[in-house]
Amino acid sequence: MLIVNNLHKSFKKKDILQDINFSLEEGEVLGFIGPNGAGKTTTMRILTGFLNPSSGNVSIMGYDVETQKEQAQRDIGYLPEGAPLYGEMTVKQFLLFIANIRNLYGIDATNALNNVLSQFNLIEVQNQIIETLSKGYKRRVAFAQAMLHNPKILILDEPTDGLDPNQKYEVHSLIKSLSKDKIIIISTHILEEVKSLCSRVIIINNGTLIADESPSILKKRSRYYNCLKVTLAYLSVDTQMLNQLSQNIPKNIELEISYDNSLLFISKSKDSIYKDVEEFLISKNLKAEKVTSEDVKLDEVFRQLTYSK
Amino acid sequence: MQYLNPCISIIKRELMSYFSTTIAYLFLIISLILFGVLTFYIGRFYERGQADLEVFFFFHPWVYLILIPAVSMRIWAEEHKHGTIELIMTLAIPSWVFVVGKFIASWLFVLLALVLTFPMWITVNYLGSPDNSVIFTSYLGSFLMSGSLLAMGSAISASTKNQIIALILAMIISFFTILISTPDIWDFFSYQEDNFILNNWMVSSIMSIGILPHYQNFSRGLIVLNDVIYFLSFIIFSLVANIVLLNTKKPA
Repeated sequence: MLIVNNLHKSFKKKDILQDINFSLEEGEVLGFIGPNGAGKTTTMRILTGFLNPSSGNVSIMGYDVETQKEQAQRDIGYLPEGAPLYGEMTVKQFLLFIANIRNLYGIDATNALNNVLSQFNLIEVQNQIIETLSKGYKRRVAFAQAMLHNPKILILDEPTDGLDPNQKYEVHSLIKSLSKDKIIIISTHILEEVKSLCSRVIIINNGTLIADESPSILKKRSRYYNCLKVTLAYLSVDTQMLNQLSQNIPKNIELEISYDNSLLFISKSKDSIYKDVEEFLISKNLKAEKVTSEDVKLDEVFRQLTYSK
Repeated sequence: MQYLNPCISIIKRELMSYFSTTIAYLFLIISLILFGVLTFYIGRFYERGQADLEVFFFFHPWVYLILIPAVSMRIWAEEHKHGTIELIMTLAIPSWVFVVGKFIASWLFVLLALVLTFPMWITVNYLGSPDNSVIFTSYLGSFLMSGSLLAMGSAISASTKNQIIALILAMIISFFTILISTPDIWDFFSYQEDNFILNNWMVSSIMSIGILPHYQNFSRGLIVLNDVIYFLSFIIFSLVANIVLLNTKKPA
């Protein structure tokens, strides 16, 4: 159980975080998203005990991160932003060092090391100097470090940043396989990642929490939720035609031209408008060549919520 | 005692990291050359015609002035720069374990440099019959002095992510910690009892903070309890400052 209570952080008299509240249970994967500089990394640094909050508190498995730091940190595995590592060590030396600091010695350390080496496909590079590894490997080493002590909570700051699609896929399936009995928090810019991985999304903007829901509910915030795209047979849509059609459209529907000159029927109430559209097309004697329901892009919702000129 | 094993791991890792680059070897060679040149040429070791290491130890504070900041500058500045500070501060271990471990590692490294000056000791013993107990206490005093400067440098390093700033700051502050207790520097500031902002006892208490007189007792062959306590409390005070700086100097 992770509880964040009235978190507030100011730095040099500037408010970086204000009034952040949420709690997570085992099995939840939280996508933590927001524009650059919104306060994601600061929040993660407070959750892991690296920074102290200005006010409010964080409880990790019943331990307060500020006053019972060591106990709380024992349950946390943390991949910091930018995956910092000791470049001059070999993968094996580095992981054993972290294991030792985590109070794993002898056979326990060897077991933990072997576990993460195979889990993260690092066996063949275990004796290589970290500095000489590719970006993808480095990130995996940093991730592996967070898993050595099999923590109950994983906090991952941009775990797939700089990885190629195959490596991303690997990390995704790894996170999925781990998610059953852990609390996982991922900060990311890639919203498709949130869609496929997370059971819950928190959006943070200018230091305040502006959304906290499941990705499927978040989608409903989109203007294009449940919208239908109709490509007309033999006809390309222009503005004049759009204006004409708009005059007779049912009240719960709005019309737009899509990027490929099709008609977009937008549901104002977010309910299904399939029937209305069908009746409308028949009444106007329009023949549809193709009708598709457009998949909502979370990017769109994200922009809608956080973009201000 | 639960932190003994992690502390040993930290010391090992630090020492390994020292020797993973050529800088460590360069440091050892330069320190030996410096000691040699100062003792034999500037100190006129042979011309003095005495089989002792007095000149050799006379130069130690000045050699340390250059060498110790070069060792201490990287201790924390590097962790800040590479972001590994975030990693090690979230490993469920109090920060003082890292502070102590890193300090001991750097002190062992300087001890190695000191041990490597053993040909000096062999030379004087070959040339005559020096008082080896004086040589021993001198080495001990030098070792304690190096520890004090290292601990101070480490604290300075914790306050910045720029190694060069850490180096220069440590040099300046070390310079004054060594010099503050010599009458020359007070002459330089044209100190006179009646026309100076500080009165006499203030000056003498400031002078007693300085490292030099405490070291000089050791190089005369005296182990005075006060001096030992002075160096140890200097080290402890610096390490506590180091811990405080680490916990306050963090990014947002």
